[in-house]
Amino acid sequence: MIEAVLSMGGMALLAGLGLGYAAIKFHVEGNPVVESLEAALPATNCGNCGFPGCHAYAEALASGEKVAISLCSPGGSEAMQSIAAILGVDPVAMETDQGPRVAMIHEEKCIGCTACIKACPVDAIVGANKQSHTVIADMCTDCEACVEPCPVDCIEMVPVPDSIYNWKWDKPAGPQVTIH
Amino acid sequence: MGILATALKKFHGGVHPKEYKELSRHCAIEELPMPKRLYVPMHQHIGAPSDPCVEPGTQVFKGQLIGEPNGFVSAPVHAPTSGTIQGIEEHVSGHPSGLTMPCAVLIPDGNDQWHPELKGLEDPYNADPQAIRDKVRESGVVGLGGATFPSFIKLSPPQGKVAELLIINGVECEPYLTCDARLMEEHSQEIIDGIRIMLQALQTKQCVIAIEDNKPGAIQAMRRAAQETKNVQVVSLPVMYPQGAEKQLIEVLIHRQVPSGCLPIDVGVIVHNVATALAVREAVLFGHPLVHRVVTVTGLGIARPANLNVPVGTPAQDLIDHCGGLKNGVKKVVMGGPMMGVALGDLQAPVVKGTSGLLAMLARETVQEPEQPCIRCGNCLQACPVQLTPCEMAWRAKHDLIDQLDAVHLMDCIECGSCAYVCPSHIPLVHYFRYGKLAMAAKKHDKDKAELTRQRNQAKQARAEAEKAEKERKKEEMRLASEARKKAAAASQAGESAPAKPVPTSKPAAEESAP
Ligand code: SF4
Ligand code: SF4
Ligand code: SF4
Ligand code: SF4
Repeated sequence: MIEAVLSMGGMALLAGLGLGYAAIKFHVEGNPVVESLEAALPATNCGNCGFPGCHAYAEALASGEKVAISLCSPGGSEAMQSIAAILGVDPVAMETDQGPRVAMIHEEKCIGCTACIKACPVDAIVGANKQSHTVIADMCTDCEACVEPCPVDCIEMVPVPDSIYNWKWDKPAGPQVTIH
Repeated sequence: MGILATALKKFHGGVHPKEYKELSRHCAIEELPMPKRLYVPMHQHIGAPSDPCVEPGTQVFKGQLIGEPNGFVSAPVHAPTSGTIQGIEEHVSGHPSGLTMPCAVLIPDGNDQWHPELKGLEDPYNADPQAIRDKVRESGVVGLGGATFPSFIKLSPPQGKVAELLIINGVECEPYLTCDARLMEEHSQEIIDGIRIMLQALQTKQCVIAIEDNKPGAIQAMRRAAQETKNVQVVSLPVMYPQGAEKQLIEVLIHRQVPSGCLPIDVGVIVHNVATALAVREAVLFGHPLVHRVVTVTGLGIARPANLNVPVGTPAQDLIDHCGGLKNGVKKVVMGGPMMGVALGDLQAPVVKGTSGLLAMLARETVQEPEQPCIRCGNCLQACPVQLTPCEMAWRAKHDLIDQLDAVHLMDCIECGSCAYVCPSHIPLVHYFRYGKLAMAAKKHDKDKAELTRQRNQAKQARAEAEKAEKERKKEEMRLASEARKKAAAASQAGESAPAKPVPTSKPAAEESAP
């Protein structure tokens, strides 16, 4: 018994020393809360949240100012829930959560001006001067940054269609308990 | 003796569900009359979907390629009979979502004529292993036990690994199903042919055919057929579900467990299904692609149970009609076995390479009691053949603790349903596991995508900065050049004599062009 206590104590001590050493050795400048918040955001830097980019939004959230946790539209409710968990606050309803969408260019209308390519923060649009453009749907983050710059309004945000590849099982309803 | 153990070992857990095999075990395999229309899905295997390679209106022979494989883990799709391709359409599938998938619609011409250029290997039993694998690959043969993994991969042991033993799985442990049993009784010699070809491909000396002892006819037939072939032996196993699961069967026969995340080849064995052995024979002897399979149509809700040989792509409804239709009071129609199959939402869903059964079940065959809270009885732990903790897994899935599912090894669950079968609270455990597995996959996908987004965004920013820097540099260059020009002009005015040297100017670049 006593050996067990000693050996566990020894291990705890070692682990503690190890952690301390790691903290010194791997210390980086920067706020860990901001970092984990940034990791929860989609890194699109689209500015939809009203801040200059994901990092700025993360900093604002971490600063303790009153900033809504539901501002990231590409991240959707997924990102909002992660933020809520990190900050230890209650999840809120998303203002406009239309589910995942992708940008779709009506190619017959496109004049090939390349304005949308310049706007897309993740290079999810391909095309060349005076050629019809198209969106790489897998890469699109639903940020809408390309919609406004298009001079002929031929970009539309469309819901990601259901297919056997993105379909999910619904969760069983669970026991319907009645308490007597 | 090799690695095959002399005695059988029992794997952990397992259950004895009611068998219902008597409904169809005496039904000899019959040919289904050619359906009016086939819907051949482009994705019938584990791996990437195939790309259709026929145009509407194309006349095809039986066995002609209509879908090209897409990547290494993929399989080609062939026309199940001769006829006309009407088009590539979205059609309902036997997928649990009930959603559609692209299918080649084929109108049979009634001649059922094989492509004239198909031919097998000469001297197949001594052929080059790679030639056999290529034949199996181009014939679209996939595991017919239900997993539908491309078979040529399981005939190609990776560098440095040796298959000491080939296990042929004739266990057919799912209740109701009798198609493998009938194949063994009626085509034992052909199965042995297939096994000899597989042994040649694997360069393996020993094979064991494992059959549960509720199939005495199959055991007898296979023993008789195997007499001639040394190194092929038949083992009779006591009935226990899910003994036909790959890792469980291996444990029973060689007393070794395949570690989590490893493959059977890591313990020196390869497992193939009996029906796959038959498909390998057809492919290597005749060059015939896998375009039909035997399906057990059964259940208390079907008028006349049967084992039918059907072309891939036949709608479930055609099989049911051939068997006299559904009786009154059918609660659900399941594609596959009762434990692991999928309830069909639409009877137009077609038979695919992996379809082993079609079950019409009455209410009393599918007791669906309401879910009750878990009473921590531990029955599920005792029943799980993988020695998992089903109650814990389900609890985490239910509360969306997706990050904690790895710690309880959800991904090792083979979805056999043994736990749900014994749960006194009727908790739909497997349903929770499927939900949890997809949630895990979705989370990983989101994480990977976020990482990719980050990289692409950084690349874009880096490029924008580089472009800006380049512009600055050019501007600076022009400024210097014009300054130099001005100086030179001033100097020439002052000195008069010195002729102005032409200053090299950089060509203005078309910077505003598209990236
Ligand atoms: S294509 Fe449009 S919506 Fe999609 S990521 Fe690019 S800018 Fe955003
Ligand atoms: S902004 Fe609109 S018109 Fe211009 S290239 Fe993009 S989609 Fe075409
Ligand atoms: S379904 Fe999964 S958890 Fe349940 S018994 Fe089978 S392997 Fe174990
Ligand atoms: S068998 Fe059902 S009730 Fe018993 S511990 Fe497992 S989940 Fe809970």
